[in-house]
Amino acid sequence: MALLEISKIDVFYGRVQALRGVTLSVDAGEIVALIGSNGAGKTTTLRTISGLMHPTTGTISFDGRQLQQTKAHEVVRVGICQSPEGRRLFPRMTVFDNLMMGTYARKDLSRLQDDIANVYSLFPRLKERTKQLAGTLSGGEQQMLAIGRALMAHPKLLMLDEPSLGLAPILVETIFRVCTDINAQGMPILLVEQNASKALEIAHRAYVLETGSIVQTGTGKELLSSPDVQRAYLGM
Amino acid sequence: MGTIGEAVRRRRGGLRAGAAGRILDFALIAIIAIFLILLGTKVVAQGGSFFLQILTFAVANGGIYALIALGYTMVYGIIELINFAHGDVFAFGAFLSASLLPIFGLREGGTFTAGSVIALLAVFGLTMLSCGILNISIERIAYRPLRHAPRLAPLITAVGVSFFLEGVLFLWKGPSNVHYANIIPNAGFEIFGATIGAKDLLVIGVSIVLVIGLALFVDRTRLGKAMRATAQDRDAALLMGIDIDRTIAATFFIGAILAGAGGTMYGLYYNTSVFDLGFSAGLVAFTAAVFGGIGNIYGAAIGGLVIGMIQSFWDGYFDSAWTQVVIFTILILVLIFRPTGLLGMRVPEK
Ligand SMILES: Nc1ncnc2c1ncn2[C@@H]1O[C@H](COP(=O)(O)OP(=O)(O)O)[C@@H](O)[C@H]1O
Ligand SMILES: [Mg+2]
Repeated sequence: MALLEISKIDVFYGRVQALRGVTLSVDAGEIVALIGSNGAGKTTTLRTISGLMHPTTGTISFDGRQLQQTKAHEVVRVGICQSPEGRRLFPRMTVFDNLMMGTYARKDLSRLQDDIANVYSLFPRLKERTKQLAGTLSGGEQQMLAIGRALMAHPKLLMLDEPSLGLAPILVETIFRVCTDINAQGMPILLVEQNASKALEIAHRAYVLETGSIVQTGTGKELLSSPDVQRAYLGM
Repeated sequence: MGTIGEAVRRRRGGLRAGAAGRILDFALIAIIAIFLILLGTKVVAQGGSFFLQILTFAVANGGIYALIALGYTMVYGIIELINFAHGDVFAFGAFLSASLLPIFGLREGGTFTAGSVIALLAVFGLTMLSCGILNISIERIAYRPLRHAPRLAPLITAVGVSFFLEGVLFLWKGPSNVHYANIIPNAGFEIFGATIGAKDLLVIGVSIVLVIGLALFVDRTRLGKAMRATAQDRDAALLMGIDIDRTIAATFFIGAILAGAGGTMYGLYYNTSVFDLGFSAGLVAFTAAVFGGIGNIYGAAIGGLVIGMIQSFWDGYFDSAWTQVVIFTILILVLIFRPTGLLGMRVPEK
């Protein structure tokens, strides 16, 4: 039984169906990439896992628990945290306070100093800006903070929604390198990306989402060499 | 709504830009300067002790408005709703505390003992608690079901709730001004010919304590942090594990206990109340919240103080028939020249 198992979920915005029978899973220790073009339903998938939306049919099970009707503020307590699309920081709080907000739902606050130090060692830039308001950070720094904040929640599964969007190439490298580093420490990651080639390179497995349905799945390598994926997402 | 709002914003953006913006800023400063010069000549003419007396009234008056303005700004900050019923919750506080005073043995003309202090504290506490519960109920019944409705729906509902509460207060104590027992001793001390009474000290002291208490609460406590986070990004707050329904309810509660304290002090200070007190005082306090930068609690505290002081100074030195006009002129000027208020958000939202 996988850590996260989503089975045949349908999700609607009002009467508009955004997800159709989506089935996917994430195992312990994996990086799983979810790729697809704009509007395919990637963000909706993550929002549904996080409980910000609920599927009309289908199930989401995590760590042996059913989550499909769990409220968003409870989902993080079960062990899922995400760095959402658009970063969604608390703009008028400092970098440090944003990180501390990540610990809001934690019961065990004993190793806080270590956790902060860990985030700062992953992203030294944040350490320099610890007292700065999050709203004044550059896009790359904001992305680092959003990932750091999610890590502070001590999740059992980390979800990242387009962490490389709008970043300079060098920062894109940093973000992907950190993803593999975090994963090497044992953190499973569900990674949503439009930068398909990079995502597939670091992912153990991947899913391709098209207009709300999963159309292809396989290991990262398999999808990288799949002609369909190459044509549609890798610009070959 | 959207299109008009955008048009106004665009126009404002245009106005603010470059030289035109500077001319507008200059005009605002000029208006303030003219007022201050006018006031200055009057102050000189009427002497120092009169000024000090007015200043005392003004600070006490400002303290009460600050307490009311905080509730407007906190609720606006967290759900972007102007809770028109907030002024009426304040008036309810005045009415309720008036009825509680005799129950706790506090009567006009009675001697004020150490026991009276405790009784007064109990009146404050009960009134504040009741106002809190009232405001939570309003949120639960009238606003929460509309949380995902278009913005206009809860706004109109808020006006409706305000009318409803005024109706209840009307039925409770009738259409005319009701006397509020004058229980605070007339003791006081004189400096430079002005009398600073126990009432003034009570109102100013309690206002300061509550404002500082609120600031510490919002800054330091877990719930305060949850309130700030929810105000800044609701989805992100949810993702961090904040129960936003509870947090929003708590915001209504805290705003209302401040209004309850304000209502009690209004009664104790002015010894009168009326069923539509919440309408007039509420509008002034709302102006104060906008003036300070709606959504910002420090702004509301300062805005309340300043607007309350302007009101008292105008009443004291100029024709009080024009006071309301002056207050709303300020509201309009702020909305035109500085829509973000004194301490409006300067940090980009996203
Ligand atoms: N708030 C919304 N209201 C209505 N439709 C939405 C909303 N958000 C997204 N959608 C629609 O749902 C579909 C999936 O969107 P999304 O999950 O954001 O895609 P992706 O993240 O893959 O770009 C799109 O067709 C989009 O138009
Ligand atoms: Mg998306």
